[in-house]
Amino acid sequence: MKLTLWTYEGPPHVGAMRVATGMTGLHYVLHAPQGDTYADLLFTMIERRNHRPPVTYTTFQARDLGADTANLFKDAARDAYTRFKPQAMIVGASCTAELIQDDPGGLAGALDLPCPVIPLDLPSYQRKENFGADETFHQLCRALARPMPRTEAITCNILGATALGFRHRDDVAEVTKLLGLMGITVNVAAPLGSTPADIARMGQAHFNVLLYPETGEGAARWLEKTCGQPYTKVVPLGVGATRDFLHEVASLTGLSPKVDESALRLPWWSASVDSTYLTGKRVFLFGDATHVIAAARIAATEIGFEVVGMGCYNREFARPMRAAAKAYGLEALITDDYLEVEDAIAAAAPELILGTQQERHIGKRLGIPCAVISSPVHVQDFPARYSPQMGFEGANVIFDTWIHPLVMGLEEHLLTMFREDFEFHSDAGPSHHGGKADLREVSDEAPLASVAGGALPPGFASPRDISEQIMAEATVSPSGEPVWLPAAERELKKIPFFVRGKAKRNTEGYAREKGVAEISVETLYEAKAHYAR
Amino acid sequence: MSLDSPALAPNRGCRDTPVLKERGQREVFCGLTGIIWLHRKMQDAFFLVVGSRTCAHLLQSAAGVMIFAEPRFGTAILEEKDLAGLADANTELDREVARLLTRRPDIKQLFLVGSCPSEVIKLDLARAAERLSGLHAPHVRVYNYSGSGIETTFTQGEDACLAAMVPTLASTTAREVLIIGALPDVVEDQCLSLLAQLGIGPVRMLPARRAADLPAVGPQTVFALVQPFLGDTHAALIRRGARHLPAAFPFGEEGTTLWLWALAQEFGISRDHFDAVTAAPRARARKAVAAHAETLNGKSVFFFPDSQLEIPLARFLARECGMTPLEVGTPFLHAAITGPDLDLLPEGPVISEGQDVDRQLDRQHEARPDLTICGLGLANPLEAQGHTTKWAIELVFTPVHFYEQAGDLAALFSRPLRRKALLTAPIACSQISRGPGQSPGGQP
Ligand code: SF4
Ligand code: SF4
Repeated sequence: MKLTLWTYEGPPHVGAMRVATGMTGLHYVLHAPQGDTYADLLFTMIERRNHRPPVTYTTFQARDLGADTANLFKDAARDAYTRFKPQAMIVGASCTAELIQDDPGGLAGALDLPCPVIPLDLPSYQRKENFGADETFHQLCRALARPMPRTEAITCNILGATALGFRHRDDVAEVTKLLGLMGITVNVAAPLGSTPADIARMGQAHFNVLLYPETGEGAARWLEKTCGQPYTKVVPLGVGATRDFLHEVASLTGLSPKVDESALRLPWWSASVDSTYLTGKRVFLFGDATHVIAAARIAATEIGFEVVGMGCYNREFARPMRAAAKAYGLEALITDDYLEVEDAIAAAAPELILGTQQERHIGKRLGIPCAVISSPVHVQDFPARYSPQMGFEGANVIFDTWIHPLVMGLEEHLLTMFREDFEFHSDAGPSHHGGKADLREVSDEAPLASVAGGALPPGFASPRDISEQIMAEATVSPSGEPVWLPAAERELKKIPFFVRGKAKRNTEGYAREKGVAEISVETLYEAKAHYAR
Repeated sequence: MSLDSPALAPNRGCRDTPVLKERGQREVFCGLTGIIWLHRKMQDAFFLVVGSRTCAHLLQSAAGVMIFAEPRFGTAILEEKDLAGLADANTELDREVARLLTRRPDIKQLFLVGSCPSEVIKLDLARAAERLSGLHAPHVRVYNYSGSGIETTFTQGEDACLAAMVPTLASTTAREVLIIGALPDVVEDQCLSLLAQLGIGPVRMLPARRAADLPAVGPQTVFALVQPFLGDTHAALIRRGARHLPAAFPFGEEGTTLWLWALAQEFGISRDHFDAVTAAPRARARKAVAAHAETLNGKSVFFFPDSQLEIPLARFLARECGMTPLEVGTPFLHAAITGPDLDLLPEGPVISEGQDVDRQLDRQHEARPDLTICGLGLANPLEAQGHTTKWAIELVFTPVHFYEQAGDLAALFSRPLRRKALLTAPIACSQISRGPGQSPGGQP
């Protein structure tokens, strides 16, 4: 039993829904109680889909238990076929139905429906959403794809995009364009945008492009083994990775990796003088492993940030994640507990967070700007406009998206120079963001400090607050901690909000190290000099 | 309006309308969802669901963008080892609860909430609650109820929660009024102030904002419900000797007036005094509703079952906004509680209970209502087909009771229609969408 307040991934049957909802002509009969129908709204509301997910829930109730849940399932499967006439059906159980052991696969098989029926075995009490998507796609390929003669021209399949994926719609389009530049046509992109009939003809492609290892690797491996199709290992996220990807495709196909790069702007945008202010900004990354590993490379080598923390929530990818973090001299954070992520971010005091929907909230609570780089994401991260993450246009989009939450270069200088100006003060926030500037929106949950107290690094009365709340009580010393003298406290307030947390932390660390009990303005500037780089 | 004359009711209401009972696929949340508003209402309570990852995911999806630093609800997720009997679920639960209560010393009430998995494996949470209450008394009181989807739909979770508290309430012989049902604080304050001005009291609320404010109950207690879905709580209070004051629900000017009048009569308040207190807010409510009734008047409305608020809301829309209900679907029809509203709802609509979602979609398609009230899973697919919808969950998450909110309530229904009139660009097919004009569950 594990107490969970919020989870990065849903249960595995939600992964299966992501596959089914991304496709047409496939129907999912899910043995589940009525409440599980909530999952529809992930697709209809958050992703704004204009059709219901192709899912029939049996919605059994307590009075059906022990009586006849099996017949209920059979009726639901039969009715679903009659009503929707799908090309193929997947059947399975949600967590509750798994416990009553009705064997949806066997029951549906006995119905002799006039379409392929693929049973899914998704262990709800062990695995999660990404596994569910990966396994469902894998089983679809097993059931429907076959080795077959290759197309005459060089073609490939694109694997792993699903409904509710972070920018999957546009990534598939962008990578299709990119492959087109090399002279390669896409045979099938799946699951997103495909039908069961498409999956049946995947065997005719020459190779596979694995865009999302989290949700497509099972299928890629099986296709490699069964249809003899090699698959790409580089995910084209960022400039360097996109070029590596082109080389990998070239080595698989013998085509030239040289393509027209005139649409690529990120390198110049990073090299232009305004971007000097980005250099060395401290970033913390968290999300799914594939996006985080790629984002770290972009941050470090294509924008010039300093990566001060990184991690992922999907344990399946812990190994590559750890290896990647090591290259930046970091220990990877592998957890699906967002409170741990929040503590790690507070401790690292970054100037920018790159994360999921949850890190955006953490950033809001800590007063640290955040850009979203990975699932899970909310309605505002399904933009109307074309905004891929992959390929050259993806790199351009990434530059814009990451830079947007930050204070602009010149503005940063002005804030430092005129920090006391009544309307151009540091708490006003970036000038290109509308609304009332107040980045330190702290939750209304009252007793946070008392809750988090014990387990924190010294110097942090609360990890949820690196500036203002503490400022109010800065003169109160918890057991032997250095005390801020009023003048130093005023000086600290003059430091722009986006570096204040770091300044405070450094000063306190310095004071402790030197055994200074009272922090004066002197101490503040000594610490500044000490940490100057 | 004359309050107590029967001429007020339509010639024929819907109380005797035969109910279309449906049993098929439902598209309704389970009772766990109530936690989303209950934990905001009870400020020293924590809701601990004993369930699966699905339950945790439902809660956070229903809570949507409301992600708190540390919410006062969570899920103790059952794992393989709990199911295989390798770990003793009770020991595990005790450990998680102890850890939680150390982290959150502000918690005074803990609700162990049962789910489908905990019920199917027959985890006895009632016993666990007793045991834990013993362990953590007097600081924390531990309750238990089920919010499982095999037992409860959506708002029934609040009913189960309140019903679980009733047996533990202190006894009293005082003559007091209990107002039953979670209201947003601002609405609760308005309600209390109206009752105070009328001279009705003492008034106590269930749920209370804090454990220390919990009411007592006894044979002199009378109670009024502010939500129609509180059937079990109603029964539990009657078992404690309390007496129910049936009335139409306080939605809209008319509903609020009738609801208050039922209480006023019980307390012998004169008609003159009643009018003096309510005249101004009634006029305000009528005025506010009128602004939206212009949009709503003459339009038809179709309710998919969701929150059990459907009957009183249909009554409000029919009588105060001039709409014509075509079908009023509700997950569960508690005739004794919604009787006064059914009497007022003019004969005509199909009254349906339970659901078979595909068949109901067919009926809705036939009926082509001007406005469809439905859950989040159906709203966008129906919009894409050209229907105008209002998502029902907002009716539970928004302050809509009593006079001052009557206009807001009407606005929730008129806005989709006004938007429809404003948007002139045709909907194009995007990559993410299959073209409109397809049946929502349909495959090409
Ligand atoms: S329906 Fe049951 S299993 Fe599903 S979320 Fe609700 S309580 Fe949990
Ligand atoms: S913002 Fe999110 S939670 Fe709110 S209505 Fe939209 S989809 Fe639902």
